[in-house]
Formats: sequence, structure tokens, C-alpha cells
Amino acid sequence: MVLAAALIAVLALLALIGPATSPYSYSTLDWAHLSIPPGLTAEHWLGTDALGRDLYVRTVYGLRLSLIIGVLATAVSVLIGVAWGMLAGWVGGRLDAWMMRVVDVLYALPYLFIVLILAALFGRGNLVVLLLAIGAVGWLTLARVVRAQTLSLKRREFIEAARAAGLSGPQVLWRHVLPNLAGSIAVYATLMVPQMIVYESFLSFLGLGVEPPQASLGSLINAGARQMLTAPWLLLVPASVLIVLLLSFNILGDGLRDVLDATRR
Amino acid sequence: MQPDGERGAEQHERLLGIEELRVRFPGAGRAAVDGVSLAVRRGECLGVVGESGAGKSLTFLAALGLLPKGAEVSGRVRLGPQEVLGLTERALDRIRGRRVGVIFQDPMSSLTPHLTIGAQLAEPIARHIGLGRRAARARAQGLLERVQLPEAARSMRQYPHELSGGMRQRAMIAIALACEPELLIADEPTTALDVTLQAQILALLAQFKREQRMGLILITHDFGAVAGLADRLVVMRAGQVIESGPVAAVLRHPGEPYTRELLRAAGEPPAEQPPRAACAVAAAPVLSVEGLEVRFRYAAGLLRRRSLPALEAVTVSLGAGESLGVVGESGCGKTTLTRAALRLIRAERGQVLWLGQNPARLSARRIRGLRRDLQLIFQDPLGSLDPHLSVEQLVSEPLEIHQSGLGPAQRRERVHAMLARVGLEPALYARRVHELSGGQCQRVGIARAMILAPRLLVCDEPLSALDVRAQRQIRLLLTELSAEQRVSLLFVSHDLALVRHLCERALVLYLGRMVELGPTDELFARPLHPYTRELIEAIALPDPDLQPARLAKVRLGEARRLEQPGGCAFRLRCAHATAVCAERIPPWVSAGEGRWVACHHFGDWADGMLSP
Repeated sequence: MVLAAALIAVLALLALIGPATSPYSYSTLDWAHLSIPPGLTAEHWLGTDALGRDLYVRTVYGLRLSLIIGVLATAVSVLIGVAWGMLAGWVGGRLDAWMMRVVDVLYALPYLFIVLILAALFGRGNLVVLLLAIGAVGWLTLARVVRAQTLSLKRREFIEAARAAGLSGPQVLWRHVLPNLAGSIAVYATLMVPQMIVYESFLSFLGLGVEPPQASLGSLINAGARQMLTAPWLLLVPASVLIVLLLSFNILGDGLRDVLDATRR
Repeated sequence: MQPDGERGAEQHERLLGIEELRVRFPGAGRAAVDGVSLAVRRGECLGVVGESGAGKSLTFLAALGLLPKGAEVSGRVRLGPQEVLGLTERALDRIRGRRVGVIFQDPMSSLTPHLTIGAQLAEPIARHIGLGRRAARARAQGLLERVQLPEAARSMRQYPHELSGGMRQRAMIAIALACEPELLIADEPTTALDVTLQAQILALLAQFKREQRMGLILITHDFGAVAGLADRLVVMRAGQVIESGPVAAVLRHPGEPYTRELLRAAGEPPAEQPPRAACAVAAAPVLSVEGLEVRFRYAAGLLRRRSLPALEAVTVSLGAGESLGVVGESGCGKTTLTRAALRLIRAERGQVLWLGQNPARLSARRIRGLRRDLQLIFQDPLGSLDPHLSVEQLVSEPLEIHQSGLGPAQRRERVHAMLARVGLEPALYARRVHELSGGQCQRVGIARAMILAPRLLVCDEPLSALDVRAQRQIRLLLTELSAEQRVSLLFVSHDLALVRHLCERALVLYLGRMVELGPTDELFARPLHPYTRELIEAIALPDPDLQPARLAKVRLGEARRLEQPGGCAFRLRCAHATAVCAERIPPWVSAGEGRWVACHHFGDWADGMLSP
């Protein structure tokens, strides 16, 4: 788990400063070096693609975009999901029923369908649309999780104690419900980041994601897959980065869950 | 230490002999059971007392080979002539359930939830005695009748969750007795039950001990239970037997300081307590409740909903500095009364006045402001404190809410002063509640309630989740604090002795209705209602001369709700019930000297009450 956290930190650092360590940008074309495998030239140590773009820079840049999308989409989902679930669980009754039916209906819609509509309306490659589309899916499960936990917290005696002490509804929610949800939200969010990255990669792979010459890990893998036989490194490099990233997040999430469960029994 | 009274002539009578038993768990510093020697004879009851963690239960679990693997056990355990330690699992299986029965503290978790009582009872009979299915079931039903489970035939088909706590414990006893064991080990058999049920279960055990001449080991921290049932007594501390001997001798002349301390904690009368300051006369009541009715709704089918009265027509008021105890069995509406009085649950009818004001007419904001003066202490000290906050934060919270003008430094100072007052060390301030003991948690709960210097303190069974020593300390703390701050007390408990020490007046509830109200001393000396009398008789006194006789008088019955409402709810259990009790609800009438009672016949028989 510590290793996973360290790996995530390294990858995030790489995404942050990586592009600056190379003279090339993600769209610089180097006509002298087309389709160079890794390790052949000192200028492009991870090789280049068919247009002579530096693979290291493109991968690092793609990593940055994937991470940003993953983290932002998760943040959006957490915000909506927690607010929605907490409100439904706390107020209960008819409002709860309605809010949860909305979640059910959204669940029932295939999310690809939503994304296609959004893409058709706003054009491909719009980062905000992409975020919205992914975020719209993520919060549903979280809302259910948070609602269920709020319901069970609501019946705990310390909540009754807080009300007896004269705290108002919002005060109880803020001081006693939310902090006790924090553990499970943190775990869930950590597990959600890789999910979001996969969604983005998937959309980019389908060509609904970021627009070339921008690159995300998904679009790089997509491009690499087409030349898998002639230039396998174009697939292998971004794919292994993605795998390491996802694995790290998953291990971190599982670890967090164990740690938080142990103290909370 | 040698087991006492082990003489040659009685050697053959010895049922269980434990010598130099040691139990050590890997990784633990000291032995959990450290050289325990004791013996039980046929037809004898051995009481084993001590605080939680003294190794009482462990000793007998080890003797039966019920410890988890990895525990190192050494010593000798003999059941009759047979050495038990080191037997194979198969050999042990022939002993457990067949020759030795065990009753655990919590009948709910020691009964299998998905099997009917009948099935759980018939299984050991069929297995150990080798009876056929039908014969085993017939015998099982006979056993349920013997433990006086009402409607034994129906209980056979019921699942554990369908029975009440007392009925479950009876079923548990029936299972333990199924194969007529020579030895019965009862591990805190009454701790989870309320007074009257405790008395009934103990009376039942006494009866079986007499009739079957079996050995009985009673593990408990209740000296009252020991006084009524045990012949000999063993006091344990930190895995060792520190004192043993005949019950009367140990209780009357305890040799060890520790035994004396435990006995004192078990609470003999109020001499040690500062008398409560006499209350101011005729001040405006701090809390008054009028005609309160609370109903619980439940689904009686797919669409039908029914409701059951949890509280009916309760009218009572509490003056400044006064203390009122509320007593009754579990399910009588005590807790409901506290919650409804504080408006934490909705009442169907009736009104509540706080400091003379009707919260129903106030804004939510004003109500929250008034709550500052009305504080609540809970039964479960751990569950009522937010697990993610530190001790300091927990106690600081009421100040942040109600005295937001206070600066952080002043607040800190007040919090630390309060924590010191309730006897918590500074080292504990940063801890979370799950790192504290039950007694420490309850101190935090008290500090939280008292830091705002409230006018009314509502205590909902504040001691019943604690062990004897913690109970005594918390009791003393509550008495001191309430006298210091001149706070009114609404004290809910099923422990009558405690209410007697702590409260000036007491209110007795039965199935949601008031049955008697009066000054505590009067009420205990001369109860006017037959139910009050039953409650008082059920108190287990730590007196080996009186208690066995009192236990023998306990009548075995259960609180039952009336199928059809109307009339006196208590009449099904009442020895004095007549036709009129079934027709009319007894009126709430004054009996003079501040006493009130709801019984048609109190005048007729109360005179005869003077003799104990």
C-alpha cells in the first residue's frame, strides 16, 4: 500500500514536470526520426511514432491528462454523490424515495448513450463535456452508498445525543454525519479514480475522447493498437503506464479500506 | 491456595475439581488464569465473583476445552474421577452438553438464529441420549414446561428472535438441562435481564439445583445473586482465587480488602452518601409532563399498520433541584418517557413544559437554545459518543454550540476543568472513545452533559452497561455533581436499590402506564401497588440469611400485554385481581403524603403490607 502510494506520487510528479524535462512538446514533429523504437537514439529514449513525435513526452502528457480527468471527474462525482446521498438519507420519507428513483432512472440509461448525445451536442474533444459525461455516471453508486450509511448513522445513539445537545440539523450533518462518512468516501473515491481513468481511456479509444494532437493514455493506446505489429512500443509504453497507475490506485483503495475498517470496527 | 472444605469423607461427592489451572495466551504478558484451584460437590452451588477480566469465565471455558487453539492450558481438571484436560474433541463432546451444561450471558447470541427453539432443544437430546425424533421433541416440550415458558408448545416452533429476553434465557436453561447434566455452569445468567426477570431466573436455577442434586457454578458480579443461591463462594482477581469459603462467612466477614471493596461497590445502603439538599419549595417545575401518550407504529401485514401504546396518560412534574426516579421492567416505557419529555420522539397526545415554557409553541431555534438546560446521559456510553471525535472535542462541543462567544483559550480551560472534575487524566484527552473503558466513556458522557451547568439532567440507565466498581464510582460522581450544581434529576433505572439511594421520589411504570408515585423511602417501605411490591421483592440483597428465603418466594410470571385493552394491565400477574380489575382502568388517585397510585384495591390490602 505504501508502495502503491509512492508509485502514484511518482507518476503524478512525472505528469506534472515530465513534459518540461524534454525539449519536445507533445505535438513537435521530428522528420529526421520517424517510428524509432526505444533506446536507439539519445534524443528520443522511448522512441517516436510514425509522425516523429516523442513517445516519452506524449506518454507523460497523456498521463497528465488522464490523471486530471480521473481526479476531477471523481471530485465532481463525490461532490454530487455525497450531497445527494446525505440529503436523501437524512431527510428520508418521500424526498428520499424521489431522489433515489432519479438515481435508478439514471442507472438505467446506458452511459455511452449519454456520452454520445453530449458529444453530438457539443462536439468531440471538449474536455468539459468529457468530464460531465464521466462524472454523471460516477456519482450514482456513491449516492447510494452514502445514503445507506447516512440511514444507519442516523439511528446511532450519538446522533440522538447531538440532537439532545441542541445541534440543528445542518450542524449534526456537518459535525457528526459527514466526518463519520469520510472514511468510506475516501476509500470509494480512491477506487473511483482508476475507474474514471478507464472510462476516459475507453472513450478516447472509441474516438470520443480527446482530440489529436492532444493525447491521453487512452488515445495513445488506441493509436498504438493500430500499429501493434510494426511498432509495438507505441502500444506497450502507454499501456504499461496505465496498468501501473490503475493497479496502484486499486491497491491504495483496498489498503485504505482495511486501515479505516480496523479502527472503526 | 487450597480448595477449602475438601475432606476425605466427602471425596466421592466431589463433582468437579480444578487444580492449579493455568491459561496463557500466546503474546500475552501474564497468565489469564494463574493457578486456580477449586472444587464443586454434588447438590452444591459455587458462586464465582470478580470484576470483568478476572478470569472467571476463562477458568471454566478452559476446563471444558472451549478455548481457542493456541491458548496454553496446564493443571488438572477432574470431572468425577475422569481427567478432562487433554481429552480429544470427541471425548469432550461426550461430556459437554451431556454431563455438563452451560448457560451463557447473552441468550440471543448463544442461540442459533435460524433454528426453532424446539429443534435446538431436541438436537442434544437425540444426540446424547439417543432418543428418536418424536420422543426427543416430546421431552423437549416437557423441559420447556419445566422452565415455565408460557405456551411451551408454541415456543417449540418459534425462533429465538420471536421470544423476549427472559423467555430466551429460559429456553437457554432448558437446553443446558436437556440431558440432565451433573454440573451446570451459569455464566452471568441474569446480567442482561431486568430485576424481576433476574429474580425469576435465579429462582428457577435454585429449584433445579434442589430437585436434581446437580452441581451449579454461578459466575456473576452480582452479590445479591450469590447470596440467594450459592453455598460457597470464590472471589477471583487477575486470574487468581484470592478468597474462598462458605457464602455467609465470606459475605459477612470478608478477609481480603479487595472483597470488601467489591462488596461495598455492590452497594449497601446510603450511609456513605451525602444527603441530597432539600429541594426548594414550590418553585416552578423544571420539567412537567401532562397526559403524555406515545404510540409505536408497526406493520401488521402488507398494508395494514397498527400502533401500540408505549406510554399512556403519563403526568408528572419535577421541581428545581428535585430528583425523580423512574422504575419498571424493560419495555415499560421508561426510555420512551425520557425521549418524549425531551421531544426527541413525537408524542401523540399530551404536552411537555420545559422551565414553564411549552416547546410546541416555540421556534426550532428557541427549542435548541432551551436544550442547553436539559441534558441527557445515555445507557450505552460508547454508542452515544461520536467515534471520530477526541474526548476533548466531545466535551467542548456543547460549549461551541451554546456559548459561541467563548474564545478558544477560555473554552479549553472550561473543558479541562470539567474533565478533571469527572476524574479523567490529561493523558486521555486526545483519545477517541473506543480507546477508553466503559466507565471512562460514561465520565465523558457526564462531562458533556454537565459542562453547560444544565437545570435538568435526564439519566437513562447510566450505570447498567458498567461493571460493579465502575458503577459505584459513576454513582458517586453523579451524586456529587448533581448536589454541587443543584440540578434536577430524572433518573431512569431498573435498579431499584440505586433509585432508592439517589432519588427523593420514584415513579413506577408498568406497560406504559403509571402505577405508583411517591417519596422513595415511603414507597419502598410501604408499597401501595402490588407491582411495586413485586419489584421490591425481586431486589437481590447481598445478605446470605435473608436472600434464599426471598428467592424462594419469587413468583414466576412474565409481563404480558393484554390481548384486549381495558381494565388494569397488571391484572394478569396480580394475586389480588378481582372482576373489577378486568372492567375498569384503575384511576390515578392520591393516597396522601404525596403518594399516588393506580390500583382498585390499594386501600383493601395496603394495610396488610406493613409486615414484610
